[in-house]
Amino acid sequence: MNLDLRMPMGLMFTFTGALLTAFGLASRGTAIYALCQGIDVNLCWGLVLLVFGLVMMVVGSKGQKKIEMGRQMANPSKARQLRQGR
Amino acid sequence: MPNLTHVDWLIILLYCGFVLGIGYALRPYMKTSKDFFQAGRALPAWLCGLAFIGVSLGGPEVIGMGAAGAQFGLHSARFFAIGAVPAMIFAGLFMMPLYYGSKARTVPDFLRLRFDGKTRTLNACTFLAMTVFSAGIRLYAMARLIQALHIFDRLFLSAGWPREGIFTFSILLSAAIVMAYVLLGGLAGAMYNQVLQFFLLIAGFLPLVLIGLSNIGGWSGLMASLPLSGIGAVHAGSSNLGFGLCLGLVLGAGYWCTDFRVLQTAMAANNIESARRAPLIAAVPRLFLPFLLILPGMIAIGLPTPHSTTTVTTTAAGAIVHETTIVPPQDAQGNGLVPAQADPRTGKLLLNAAGQPLLDYGMATPNLILHFLPTGLLGLGITALLACFMSGIAAGVTAFIAVFTGDLYKPWIRPDASGQHFIAVGRWAAVGFILLTIAAAYAASGFSNILDALLLAFSIVNAPLFATVLLGMFWKRATGHGAFAGLLAGTAAALLHHGLTLPQAAQPGLHGGWIAVLHLYPNALAQNFWTAILAFSANLVVAILVSLCTSATPDVDLVGLVHSLTSRPVRAGIAWWKRSETLAAAILLIAVALTLFVY
Repeated sequence: MNLDLRMPMGLMFTFTGALLTAFGLASRGTAIYALCQGIDVNLCWGLVLLVFGLVMMVVGSKGQKKIEMGRQMANPSKARQLRQGR
Repeated sequence: MPNLTHVDWLIILLYCGFVLGIGYALRPYMKTSKDFFQAGRALPAWLCGLAFIGVSLGGPEVIGMGAAGAQFGLHSARFFAIGAVPAMIFAGLFMMPLYYGSKARTVPDFLRLRFDGKTRTLNACTFLAMTVFSAGIRLYAMARLIQALHIFDRLFLSAGWPREGIFTFSILLSAAIVMAYVLLGGLAGAMYNQVLQFFLLIAGFLPLVLIGLSNIGGWSGLMASLPLSGIGAVHAGSSNLGFGLCLGLVLGAGYWCTDFRVLQTAMAANNIESARRAPLIAAVPRLFLPFLLILPGMIAIGLPTPHSTTTVTTTAAGAIVHETTIVPPQDAQGNGLVPAQADPRTGKLLLNAAGQPLLDYGMATPNLILHFLPTGLLGLGITALLACFMSGIAAGVTAFIAVFTGDLYKPWIRPDASGQHFIAVGRWAAVGFILLTIAAAYAASGFSNILDALLLAFSIVNAPLFATVLLGMFWKRATGHGAFAGLLAGTAAALLHHGLTLPQAAQPGLHGGWIAVLHLYPNALAQNFWTAILAFSANLVVAILVSLCTSATPDVDLVGLVHSLTSRPVRAGIAWWKRSETLAAAILLIAVALTLFVY
């Protein structure tokens, strides 16, 4: 398949992480963390997911470029255009 | 009722949007039937491996592991983690080269190549029936979980709709989402979402376990808080080790080595080495993930049991305030966060022979999610659970359409049609499958334990099939007539055994005894175990006898289909530490170390 899964997956975790981080910042010190020893778990876990999502997106974008290159190389006319472009 | 806020709903909707978006993004690549049914056979090993493990971690399995953790403690890990690994290694090293190398599109297609068309058709029919039945059970379980978690209660309340409609609404909504992304992205769409589900499961369950452990006093606190009855159950479970091992050998190996729902992910790999590695890559998280899924059950039963309380406080104005917290009898009679089971018709608590309330272990994990996860993470935890259910159903859809189109429609109705025609047939088959699954979901409501229902389906279809595939791959004398007769005898023996036996306290019908009740089993697990053993043995004996009485297939026709007649994979140029055998040896060593830890 010509879609590197890590791109959309990274995007989803980036959004989820950003959402949890923002909500964690807005809800700091509230009673919802009573069972979490007062730790703002939304903020902590949101940051973890944000970093994971961003790393996935970076790795995925490199993988996607490789896929595109491979597709162009498989097509001789496109490969010629690519070489001329270089 | 859980307090699902906008943030939780946003996370759930974000997931739904992405699964549909991935299907939409893959749609332009669905040009040939190979792209649609086999993901173009172009996926890397890591993706196939994670999808392989994703399929095996469907909703009932995830809930079941939490239930086993609550009932049997850490020892249940040996069944889920360590018990599965040898079968996965065997599937990767010895079976995938034949499945993939023969260029078979499906498991029934492999039977056609190795044996003949009639064996393929028989297996295709039983597989399709089992897939509809098991997907129906999953859909039913998902709708029940959504009801139990009260996810749509507020929506129905605010819209003024009757609450009885939540079950049907849940079934239709989840079926529609799964159907949409499979119609758009085919097998690739389903596999991409299985990988997404794998990471979501970790993202949702890791904070749950960490918060739960910190509340219960860490590892030592957890061990100290486990109820004595649970420890007793562990030792009782240990004495049944032989029973469990036999169950694992027949049903477990049958599952990992012959269930096309799982194998289709490895068969979509981009080359034979990737196909071999996929089950091995899956075995690595399989060693560790069950601990993440068993621990919530252990924590849930280790927590104090809630009871109704009344607190008296005096306000600044001198008024005395009585605050009473009423705990439902099901929760108060339970153990920790595991509630007691109640009869759905009368509402009365169910008691065991000793007069103690029976526990609803299946609610251990969902209750822990509701108890500990705050708004935000609660949405993530619920999304992880829903993702598991949906990806399990999606695996059923993709397997069904591949087998229906390739093994029934193509050979029997339109052998010469174009690839585009088969894609269209596959899409219509997916719609038909979803409709059948919805009907099966309502029929599944007759089962009190969904894992028993799934085991019943496996014991009738997978156990005899495992004998056929084993003979086909490792005994070159096995013939088409032998395989067909064996498969027929195995399936018939399983049905006959189910029709003549019944678990104690069950009514004749779906649970068995639909011909006559000649024998009573202590429980459904024992009944399913003996059904599987009988089906496997009947198949093996009949297939061997008939094969010996019929003419053998020439060796030249069996090259690439039988292990002894197939050349070994070329390893030249692959460093020793990159080889599948090295990975398999490392996994086995870790499995041994984990076994020592668990004991």
